[in-house]
Amino acid sequence: MQDSRQLKREKFTPFTYVLLTIALFFTMVLCICIGSVRISFSDTVTSVWNAVWGLPVPENIAKNIILNVRLPRVLCVTLAGAALSICGAAMQGLLRNPLADGSTMGVSSGAALGAVIALAAGITLPGSPYGGIMVTAMAFAFGSLILILSLAYALDRSLETGSIILIGVIFTMFISSVISLVITFASDHTRSLAFWTMGSFSGVNYGQVKLLCLALVVCGGILLHYSPELNAFAIGEENARHIGVNVKRVKLIVLVTVSVLIGVCVSIAGTVSFVGLVMPHIARMLVGPNHKRLLPASLFSGAIFLLLADLAARTILSPIELPIGVVTSIVGAVAFVIIFYKTRKAR
Amino acid sequence: MLQGEHITVRYGSLMAVDDLSFHLHEGEWLMLAGPNGAGKSTLIETIAQGVPYTGLIRWQGEDIRTLKSTVLAQRIGVLSQKNHVGYAYTVEEVVSLGRYAHRRGLFSGRDGQEKAAVVKALEITGLTGLRHASMLTLSGGELQRVFLAQVFAQNPQVLILDEPANHLDLKYQQNIFALIQEWVKEPGRAVLSVVHDLSLARRYGSSVILMNHGRSISQGPVGDVMTPENLQQVYGMDVYAWMREMLSQWE
Repeated sequence: MQDSRQLKREKFTPFTYVLLTIALFFTMVLCICIGSVRISFSDTVTSVWNAVWGLPVPENIAKNIILNVRLPRVLCVTLAGAALSICGAAMQGLLRNPLADGSTMGVSSGAALGAVIALAAGITLPGSPYGGIMVTAMAFAFGSLILILSLAYALDRSLETGSIILIGVIFTMFISSVISLVITFASDHTRSLAFWTMGSFSGVNYGQVKLLCLALVVCGGILLHYSPELNAFAIGEENARHIGVNVKRVKLIVLVTVSVLIGVCVSIAGTVSFVGLVMPHIARMLVGPNHKRLLPASLFSGAIFLLLADLAARTILSPIELPIGVVTSIVGAVAFVIIFYKTRKAR
Repeated sequence: MLQGEHITVRYGSLMAVDDLSFHLHEGEWLMLAGPNGAGKSTLIETIAQGVPYTGLIRWQGEDIRTLKSTVLAQRIGVLSQKNHVGYAYTVEEVVSLGRYAHRRGLFSGRDGQEKAAVVKALEITGLTGLRHASMLTLSGGELQRVFLAQVFAQNPQVLILDEPANHLDLKYQQNIFALIQEWVKEPGRAVLSVVHDLSLARRYGSSVILMNHGRSISQGPVGDVMTPENLQQVYGMDVYAWMREMLSQWE
């Protein structure tokens, strides 16, 4: 019996991942070429290729811009986009809530508060101007995670999904107020504080790239490993328990993993909203809700989207740079409304 | 096979299940009957380890709280009443999740045995033609059959079913109940199910627990328990007269 309700996902093959990799690579090169100083495609590819394989790189201005400014930034943006998006996809599955993302737990707000306090108080590490902000943000992210999980446990020992969302939302609102308070009393740093709360990849370095890469490989690997469990959660927590998933353990592992990855992202680039919310929806439209395909697809789509958003933030009002969160929020909100109407019509 | 001893579940001051004991034997189809709020679904969720409880539930003598979640799922398959799916999974993807507890490693699920179990479950529930259909496009009865297929794919020794006839039209009610009746005849199997339709309980059940206000009012063979007096006490109405009146509409 054939039915008009059949879905055609067979078109999505491993070859699609090859295409996505090519698209990602092309976008990365494009983002390195374009900026206040335009660099040719061939110069960009030659410089990066030679640097990667340890060959001598021609000495010119382009070398400095490509290797010391744009390449670390593009790598950071790529990794952060992938991380935010994969976290969003995992959270939307785990909490069975299409409005969830990596920040639903409230950990990103905690990290942002840490960063804002470090900026306002001038906390620095010797030899690393941004090190103090990063360390404080990560400490606050970790502290927030402990606090949120403790509150959720105290309310409901089974870590019920509704409790987690509720506590996350209340925690985020509370922290937002505290951040506003800090900004009000730190008028000397208002501009950099505002920039931090809206996200920026300006001035990132290879050390941060390495940290983000390590966090994405470890945390992303854990999330991919748990894709069957995430499918079970996305169908229903009760159903997940019935088929043999250890729901409490899996939930705790996924929440901690997402929080760590989000904490690292926020500590490097501030709060970048909408990537984790919107990109999993776009990936889901392409490959369906099965997390074995959805998580990798989210990874690629998130990276490409954030690269283009960062490019827009750098170039639209050049030489003025917009906070990347402004671009992602504007584009993301419009995209979300379109997706929402499209999926509603499709039902 | 499965034994409950003095099971008690409280929701605040409400006693959802009150000191209930039962024994499910091999080859038995034990029906749970009673009015709304009697505690039937709570008892099912308790056995599925979904709610905190006092008392003991044993699987062949062993406290099931000590069993790993995958081991428990290999022993007991549960069909719940709440089966809403929010994302566009295919029918086959949902049924395949029934094999979760049988996975042996990263790449299992691709071997013939795993696939065969899913194909068979789709076939016996009449879903082969819908295997690539989106869950969002299914009717209530089709959804019910998908989750039944998932439980069959799970291949447990005991089926725990909360209202298996929910949303099913008469043809599928007959098919599914006949299917379960055949299923339970295999050695080492038993069924415990909640039913609201007392005719189904009488027709297919080998024994019954009549529940009210979380308590077992009576339990034993169907004929001994579903007496006019017991049913009057539990439902507060003359059930036999009502059933006769309904039947008379067909004469």
